[in-house]
Parts: sequence; structure tokens; C-alpha cells
Amino acid sequence: MKLKWRDVTTEAKLLLIGIPVLLWTIIPVYHMFLFAISERDQATSGRLWPQNPTLQNFETVFQQKHFYLNHFWVQLGNSLWIAVAVGLLTLFIATTAAFAISRLKVPGGRTVMNLALFTYFIPAAFLAVPMYKTMSVYGLLNSRWSLVLAMVTIASPYCIWVLKQASDKLPWELDEAARIDGATPLQLFRLVYLPLMVPSLVAVGTYALLLAWNEYLYGFLLLSNEQDLTLAVALGNFLAADDSPWELLMATGFIYALPPAAIYYAFKRYMVSGLTAGAVKS
Amino acid sequence: MSTATLATPRPRKPLSTWGFWGRLFVVPYLLVFLVLVLFPVGYGLWLARSPASYAKLFEDPIFFRTAINTIVFLVVAINIKMMIALYLSGFFLHTRWWIKALAVLFILPWAVPSIPTILSVRFMLNPEWGVINSTIFRLTGLDGPNWLNDPTLALSFSMLMHIWKSLPFWTLILLAGRMAIPAEQYEAASVDGASNWQKFKYITWPSMRGLYLTSTLLSTIWTLGDFNSVYLLTGGGPADLTHVLATLGIRYLRLDQIELAMAAIVVSLPLVLPIVYFMMKRLSK
Repeated sequence: MKLKWRDVTTEAKLLLIGIPVLLWTIIPVYHMFLFAISERDQATSGRLWPQNPTLQNFETVFQQKHFYLNHFWVQLGNSLWIAVAVGLLTLFIATTAAFAISRLKVPGGRTVMNLALFTYFIPAAFLAVPMYKTMSVYGLLNSRWSLVLAMVTIASPYCIWVLKQASDKLPWELDEAARIDGATPLQLFRLVYLPLMVPSLVAVGTYALLLAWNEYLYGFLLLSNEQDLTLAVALGNFLAADDSPWELLMATGFIYALPPAAIYYAFKRYMVSGLTAGAVKS
Repeated sequence: MSTATLATPRPRKPLSTWGFWGRLFVVPYLLVFLVLVLFPVGYGLWLARSPASYAKLFEDPIFFRTAINTIVFLVVAINIKMMIALYLSGFFLHTRWWIKALAVLFILPWAVPSIPTILSVRFMLNPEWGVINSTIFRLTGLDGPNWLNDPTLALSFSMLMHIWKSLPFWTLILLAGRMAIPAEQYEAASVDGASNWQKFKYITWPSMRGLYLTSTLLSTIWTLGDFNSVYLLTGGGPADLTHVLATLGIRYLRLDQIELAMAAIVVSLPLVLPIVYFMMKRLSK
């Protein structure tokens, strides 16, 4: 009997932590969702579930029937295009660098790794200031390539580091066997290295893709034509006026948040092990 | 290079295929580094060369306020966040079905982009229509405070927003650290009748200390670069009283005062560079 009482208090204590954690986590997201499915003027009624839940806001967004949403589909496309471009470019740059440093033992590889780590530790908002000026020197301002290049710069150091950690763990005998068989470096890369690295490649590719999709600051600085904006920047522009249509903003935000959340949960297995393994080591 | 090798120059060894490909494969990243890191950083430092910029910066009352805000933000938000993360990492070790389900939901703030959720909170805090003040009015008939119009409250909410967003990540990191501790150590301690606090003090903390420190320093750098939590919630207002360095630099940039923006960043380097150096030593092992 005594033992059982202790079990009850343990469970109660756990719930006492769990319930606040649940509320804390869910409230901002639920508030957004509630607005997205509420009629205008109904959302602030204080109900936990709207009286007449509606998909009308999503319809308005999809049909671009509001001043703020005139370019919704183009902006969604921009976000997608930029995210995919950043993911692919970063993957290419990081994989080649990690392969050269870790497997080909290129002279100066350690220095390259340190340069990448140094870049990783520059606070993003600090680098944004000279990056803006640099893009104007290069004549890339207002081109979506400026955002792609900036995001590749920010994403690749961490990807190189994670890939290098993972490559270092591959058995060295594989490379030796391939060399003895007369494989060229390119064959070793394509036929041995890449297939073994797939889980890490998925992790860093997704990381770079999500980083670019989620980015606000660099898009806000580097792009300015309505047509070129990413969805993130377009959402921020809703703030320009006090009488913003909040229910539409929340519906758009919900659409914008859905793909990264879905990708994250789909690749959770890779993401968590791939991205936390390195951190724990230190 | 020693003098002996200098004295007897050997014919240059032809580059092997492997050496050639190794060099070729680092070229893409080196290009990115030279064109998009080295040049911008060098150019930025060059823009910040004039002492007049610093004089102007120190005369700006907003800069002084920003420096204090930044320090408060770093010290308060990071420590609270890391302590909660350390505590929750222990909570998520429990094997219950509902804790597993909660862990999945708990990642949500980290998995979704910050813009929509920050704007969602911003609207919750709206003094007239926001859900918080509507509820206060319904319950008490009184008008709630104008949350974001008070610099202290506004900065506090920015810190809460920052904690909300990054807590899941650090909890996961520390959870991974806790899971690396062998269970036998806890079992042995239980047999000896150790309390939970003693287990934490003598087993958990000694093996987590390094990770906790590394995480705190890394979080310091990332928090310094956190633009969204402040800008999207308060916009630096009211009256530019809630800026942190990340938003102030961008404010100067938007006002076409890039020299001031770079000077503000340079002023923070004595704090940033030691952390960068320490982290590089840790991670490049």
C-alpha cells in the first residue's frame, strides 16, 4: 500500500511538470491555428474552438484575394526555389569539402575546417551587415541568387563539420581496398563514399533546406521587389499596418509552417541523431 | 621549413591524381569562404576603421541602452533557458507513453519557422484585441496592460520568445548527454541509498558539466545573432528602447549608417572572439 502511494506521487509530480510544458509549447502554435480557421472578428472571442470553424481564410489566401497576398503563389514558389537551391548547393559544397578533408587528407584540410568553424561562429545578424554591402558590390542585390549564396555561406560550415565527423568514422580499409583495385578518386567518391554517407547527407541537406526556408533576416535585407520576396519576408510585411488582416496572416503563416514541420517530423530520425551526435561529442 | 630543405631544393614532385582531386574538392568551399566570408568581413572591418564612428556610436543614447539590453538578454535568457533545458532533459528520460508523446510535441517550436509563431504571440499581446487582454477584460472588466509598450515587459517577452524557440533544441542536446551516462552508475547509487539530488550532484553533473558549458557558450553566440525574437515582437520599440546588438546593427544599416553598424559589431568583438576561439578549439579536436 505504501509503495503504491509513492507511485501516485511520482506520477503526480511528473504531470505537474508535463502539463505546463505542454501548454507552454502549444499555446502560440494553437493560437495561430485558431485564427487561421476563425471567421474575421470571431477569433478574439476567447473561445478555445471557434463557433463556426471555416476554411474561408485559406481560400482567400489561395485565391490571392487580398492586397497583402497578391503574390502569394509566386512568393511560395520563391521560398521553395531558394530552399531547394540552397539545399543542393550546400550539399555539393559540403560533401566535396568533407571528402577532401577527411578521406583524401588534402594538405591544409585542417585549416579549411577551421575556416569553416570560424564562419559557423559568426552571429548571423552580425554577418548580415557586411553581407548586404558585399551583395551590392557584386551587383546581386534584389536577385534571389544573393539570398541563395548568403544562405549557402551560413549553412555549409555546419554541414561540412557534421559530414567530416561522420566520414572520419568510416573504416579506412575501404579506401585502401578501392585504391588497390585501381579506383580513381572520383570512383571512390561516387561508388564507395556517397552510398555510405546517405543518412548524414539526408540530415545536412534537410538542415540547409529548412534553414533557407525559415530565414527571415537575410531575405528581408537582400530582396525588395514584391515579386522576388520569399513567403517569410512577405509575412513580416503584414506588420506594416496596424489594421492587418490577422486571420489571413495566421492562415498564410500556417501554410508556410506546415512543410518544414512535416519534413522535420518525417526525417526526425536522421535529424536528431545526425545533428546532435556532433554536439554531444564535444 | 628548415634551412636544410631550403639549401637543397628538390625537383617539385608532380602532383598525384589523389592530391589533385583533393585540392579540387576543397575549391568550392574555399571560393565560398573567400568571396562570401573573407571579403565581407574584411570590407566590414575596413568600413569601421574611423575613430569618428565610435565617437558617434558612444554618443548615441540608443547604443548605450542596447548594450545593457544585450547583456541582460544574454545573461538572463541563456541561463534560464539552459537550466530549464537541463531540468527537462531529466524529465524526458522517464519512460511513460505520454512523456514520449509530449516529447514529439515539445520539438514543435524548433521545427516550425519562427516568423508565424512570433507574430502569433505578438497578436496575443495586442492591447485591444489580443486574447490575453480580452480575457482579462472578460474576467475583471479592467483593461489589461499595453504589454509591448513597456520597455521592460517588451524585452522580457522577447526573451521568453527566444526561450520558447530554442529550448527544445538544447533540451535534446542535454538529453543526448544524459543518455550517454551508464545506467549502472545510477543503479549503484540507488543501492547505496542516494537521493535524487545526490545522484544529480555526484553522477549527472560531473559528466554533463563540459557539455553544459559548451552548449551555454554556443547559445551565447547564437543568441547574439537572434534578430527575429526582438525585431518581430517589439521592432526595437517602444522608442528604440528594446534593441539588442543584432537589431541595432540592422537598424543602422537601414538608416544608411553602415559605419555605425560595423562599429557596434566591432565593439562587441572582445566578448565574441574569446568564445569563438574557445569553441573552435573544442570542436576542431
